[in-house]
Amino acid sequence: MIKMENLTKQFDGQLAVDRLSLEIAEGEVFAFLGPNGAGKTTTVRMLTSLITPTSGSAVVLNYKVGEDDQEIRRNVGILTETPGMYDRLSAYRNLYIYARLYEVLDPDKQVAKYLRWLGLWERRNDPVGTFSKGMRQKLAIARALIHEPKVLFLDEPTSGLDPESAKLVRDFVNELKGQGRTIFMCTHNLDEADRLCDRIAVFDTQLRVVDTPNGLRRQLYGRQVVIHLVQVREQEAALIRSMEFIEKVEVVKNKLVVTLSDPEIYNPQIIRRLVEAGAEIQFVGEVKHSLEDIYLQLVK
Amino acid sequence: MDKIRTIISKEWAEVFKNRLVLFSVIFLPLLLVALPLVTLAITNGLDGGQINGGDEIPVAAALCEGLGEAECMEVYLLDLFALLFMILPVSIPVSIAAYSVVGEKSTHSLEPLLATPITTTELLAGKMLAAIIPAVVATWIAFLIYLIGVRFMVNSAVFSRVIDPLWLVAIFIVGPLLTVLSVCSAMMISSRVSDPRAAEQIASVVILPIILIVVGQSAGLLIIDRQLVILGAIVVFLIDILLVFLTINLFQRETILTRWK
Repeated sequence: MIKMENLTKQFDGQLAVDRLSLEIAEGEVFAFLGPNGAGKTTTVRMLTSLITPTSGSAVVLNYKVGEDDQEIRRNVGILTETPGMYDRLSAYRNLYIYARLYEVLDPDKQVAKYLRWLGLWERRNDPVGTFSKGMRQKLAIARALIHEPKVLFLDEPTSGLDPESAKLVRDFVNELKGQGRTIFMCTHNLDEADRLCDRIAVFDTQLRVVDTPNGLRRQLYGRQVVIHLVQVREQEAALIRSMEFIEKVEVVKNKLVVTLSDPEIYNPQIIRRLVEAGAEIQFVGEVKHSLEDIYLQLVK
Repeated sequence: MDKIRTIISKEWAEVFKNRLVLFSVIFLPLLLVALPLVTLAITNGLDGGQINGGDEIPVAAALCEGLGEAECMEVYLLDLFALLFMILPVSIPVSIAAYSVVGEKSTHSLEPLLATPITTTELLAGKMLAAIIPAVVATWIAFLIYLIGVRFMVNSAVFSRVIDPLWLVAIFIVGPLLTVLSVCSAMMISSRVSDPRAAEQIASVVILPIILIVVGQSAGLLIIDRQLVILGAIVVFLIDILLVFLTINLFQRETILTRWK
């Protein structure tokens, strides 16, 4: 659906995007994480044919960036970092203009559909300048979807929104995911990326890493199980360490933190051995490192 | 064509909700209609000598064969006022065109607009026409109202001079050509600056040559005759072709998006 090979962009000799190679499958929700100035927006602009790559290539929906730009623009949707609506015009007029520019066959019907879907129908005749930030963002999402694109680029979709509006936007993204659209999302919100996205790329001019959220955790920390005991004795830790599939065991207060490759298979054996040794187990769970830890480790 | 129409209607919907722009489109034509009619009303019954303190008006004299002194004075005044109508097609579109690109950039609406499948030519054609049409229509309507008013205030000999093909060509052909010149200049500036006010102020400079011609004619340094009007039309037409070409080619999507902060 989206394929980049050594995609590079320079501004006055300064590298903004350096040899980015990535493939995003149809229906995938892909998060593009990186610090400010990492080149995320530049990447989105190249993929939406707003700017041309300095070198390398990119294909979106089988259309080549730099050659089939009109087709790319016709078939992708973009939510820009700032909504950029026409404040003096009504919500309806704003969407109608874009429906016409995107050559939508029945613009009135399509505008009504999205205004209703996003809960803005009652405010359709109000100037957008009177809307809250969240409402404007919803309207900008509607604008990005007005021509039913298969691929959607979202640049910081919840940036600057209050928690309630941000949740609304996330819910919409989840709904879009359910509709089978391919979504490429630049974000700073790690929790959002973790919850919404199938895969995550950490990017800072160059691609640092790309994987599923759990894959990233595994890559950096391995998988860890925490076993809460009433009391931890050294013999219990030694017992676990003696098991051949165990990579590492740490004792933290009354907990055993066990690093291993496949908890689903080995957890029952560990628990059995501990119970046989007389350990009193309170809880067992998997340690989930936050994406923030992973991100900070990668962009350091 | 549909996209051009969409851009025009979008621009108008935005621009005419701005009272300042609306005022500039309506006020100046009204002023230029009222000014000559009031002046005519005041000077009615006076002869050229009384107005001019007894001196001959050299330029007017050259234009007034077969007319009495008072009539000659009227022709002279009306010629001057007709020339003022050439300011309208240049000044009215400046604020609309100057805002068109930099305004979109300052409100961050340019990026989503450029992300649509609209070509640069369609986008600029829409924006140019959105500035050209109101200016031309306002000029023509103002001139027609002026003609109707003048018809009731002067005799037919003087009126026949007012509807001389010279002025009809100037208003109905040179006027729109000047509008294109003004709009292209303003849009080129709008594509290069980062502040809407700066765009408007710089673009306003295009009015200066017209003002110089008006001053030249009123000071007797210049006589606007048919040859001059036709020559002016040809020159402005050629400049327009060049400016349209430059406006389209200077509109670099990428540069505008990434450089002009």
